[in-house]
Amino acid sequence: MGVLLEVDQIDVFYGRIQALRGVSLHVDEGEIVTLIGANGAGKTTTLRAISGLTPASSGSIRIRGQDITRTQAEDIVTKGIGHAPEGRRIFARMSVRENLDLGAYIRRDGETRSDMERIYTLFPRLKERQAQLAGTLSGGEQQMLCIGRAMMSRPKVLLLDEPSLGLAPLMVDTIFQVIREINAEGTTILLIEQNALKALGVAARGYVLETGRIVKEGPSKQLMESPDVQKAYLGI
Amino acid sequence: MRFFADQLILGLTDGAIFALIALGYTMVYGIIELINFAHGDIFTVGGFIGLTLISILGLQHAPPALLIPGVILVFLVAMSLNGLLGVAIERVAYRPLRNAPRLAPLITAVGISFILEGILFLLKGPNQISYPNLLPGGSLNLGFASIGVGNVFIILIALGLMIALNQFIQRTRVGRAMRATAQDRDAARLMGVNINRTIAITFFIGSALAAAGGIIYGFDYQTIDFSLGFRNGLVAFTAAVFGGIGNVVGAALGGFIIGIIIDFVGGYFQGGQQWSDVVVFSILILVLVFRPTGLLGMRVPEK
Ligand SMILES: Nc1ncnc2c1ncn2[C@@H]1O[C@H](COP(=O)(O)OP(=O)(O)OP(=O)(O)O)[C@@H](O)[C@H]1O
Ligand SMILES: [Mg+2]
Repeated sequence: MGVLLEVDQIDVFYGRIQALRGVSLHVDEGEIVTLIGANGAGKTTTLRAISGLTPASSGSIRIRGQDITRTQAEDIVTKGIGHAPEGRRIFARMSVRENLDLGAYIRRDGETRSDMERIYTLFPRLKERQAQLAGTLSGGEQQMLCIGRAMMSRPKVLLLDEPSLGLAPLMVDTIFQVIREINAEGTTILLIEQNALKALGVAARGYVLETGRIVKEGPSKQLMESPDVQKAYLGI
Repeated sequence: MRFFADQLILGLTDGAIFALIALGYTMVYGIIELINFAHGDIFTVGGFIGLTLISILGLQHAPPALLIPGVILVFLVAMSLNGLLGVAIERVAYRPLRNAPRLAPLITAVGISFILEGILFLLKGPNQISYPNLLPGGSLNLGFASIGVGNVFIILIALGLMIALNQFIQRTRVGRAMRATAQDRDAARLMGVNINRTIAITFFIGSALAAAGGIIYGFDYQTIDFSLGFRNGLVAFTAAVFGGIGNVVGAALGGFIIGIIIDFVGGYFQGGQQWSDVVVFSILILVLVFRPTGLLGMRVPEK
């Protein structure tokens, strides 16, 4: 299968601080790929560059060959990129249902109702709470809503930024189970995780980011067996 | 009893005007956290646009059959033009400073306020200009009180606009985008919301409502002048803070409450407007100090 998302030699700056240095990665159609790295390595910045929130100052980003490096964030979602951002960023003063409606903001087809039902099947908890204000949900439920909201745009590739952060182990398992299901139904996934063991468990390939650079990449199995990765990220 | 009822009706009428202005303050604050100090003057400009349209159409002398469509037309055109003025001000004076320190757009807002007042002064002069009241006259006698039909119309027009606004914000796609932008701009962009356009729409609506307020003010007081926006703007701002800045229902409620307070204080105490101002601005300070979120401020925790 072909390349879906391609990040080529991007640099990203916050003011004068350089957060990414020549980062390159690619995600093939149908894959789950993970990006692991320590706090402050630049994982979130990579996703923000892809979705246009923090544009890359050089290098290029393409989806199915189409250049989106200079595309505005609000238009990038129409290119098939869904982003479940760090910290969830759900609309706290809106209901669960309205959050999902906003996820479908770009869509003009009449099929959003059935997509919402699909989200409710993935996350039955959300269905029970559809009229509740999102700010009153538990952390795990908010993460479900964050993922569900991103899925409502029918993305080709879903960017997930630390979906398991701060969740109880049982909830973490639920979230990873859903990631598998979403992928099995055809959505490509780029997953950021601190929980490298779980992430490499679900992903086919991985990249290791250190202080703004990709220092290692390869099939998950190979990364898991690498002594450096074991020492730094798997605590072995 | 009669006096009480009279003051209540006066208060609701003034409150309707304050509420229409307060909505613009609160919507703009809600979406870009700017206190748009030019908003009071946008209200005055709206009133003047209405007056100009009334003269052009010759509505003072229009036969009753043409009066109703004429007045509706004046409202629609004045609101649209004033809306565009609001959009232009945002584009020129606020958008370039969106990522600047908070103080910068606040200062330009004060600057725009002076510019608008200066232009109105140059065009219309320093004096009060008479404004025709095109609302129906007469009064309804309820036994314990009599209510001016014009006042009833004013209150109904304002309530109608507020309900329409609330429906728009709560039920439409654009309204949802406005609320999303107000809550989390980056997240809204990830949904595909165009922030610039959404903020422009917010300014359009706020300024259009201010124009409605300006025309209603003209009908009610039958006079208008270049400096009208200063005090009325500050009072409406107080109403917005009182109701909970950023909250649309709060601004409407705050407007009516402040209007009623002003007319009761002004009616029952010697010294009229001076006492009203003392009370209103004391309320502003007390609210800011003791309950900055106002009556209906945002209370849902953001985890
Ligand atoms: N808004 C910002 N302004 C300035 N510097 C920033 C900003 N956001 C991130 N940085 C810096 O950029 C670098 C990369 O940050 P980023 O958030 O991408 O890391 P991360 O890998 O996602 O970390 P974490 O695991 O803690 O989420 C860090 O050094 C961080 O301090
Ligand atoms: Mg991060």
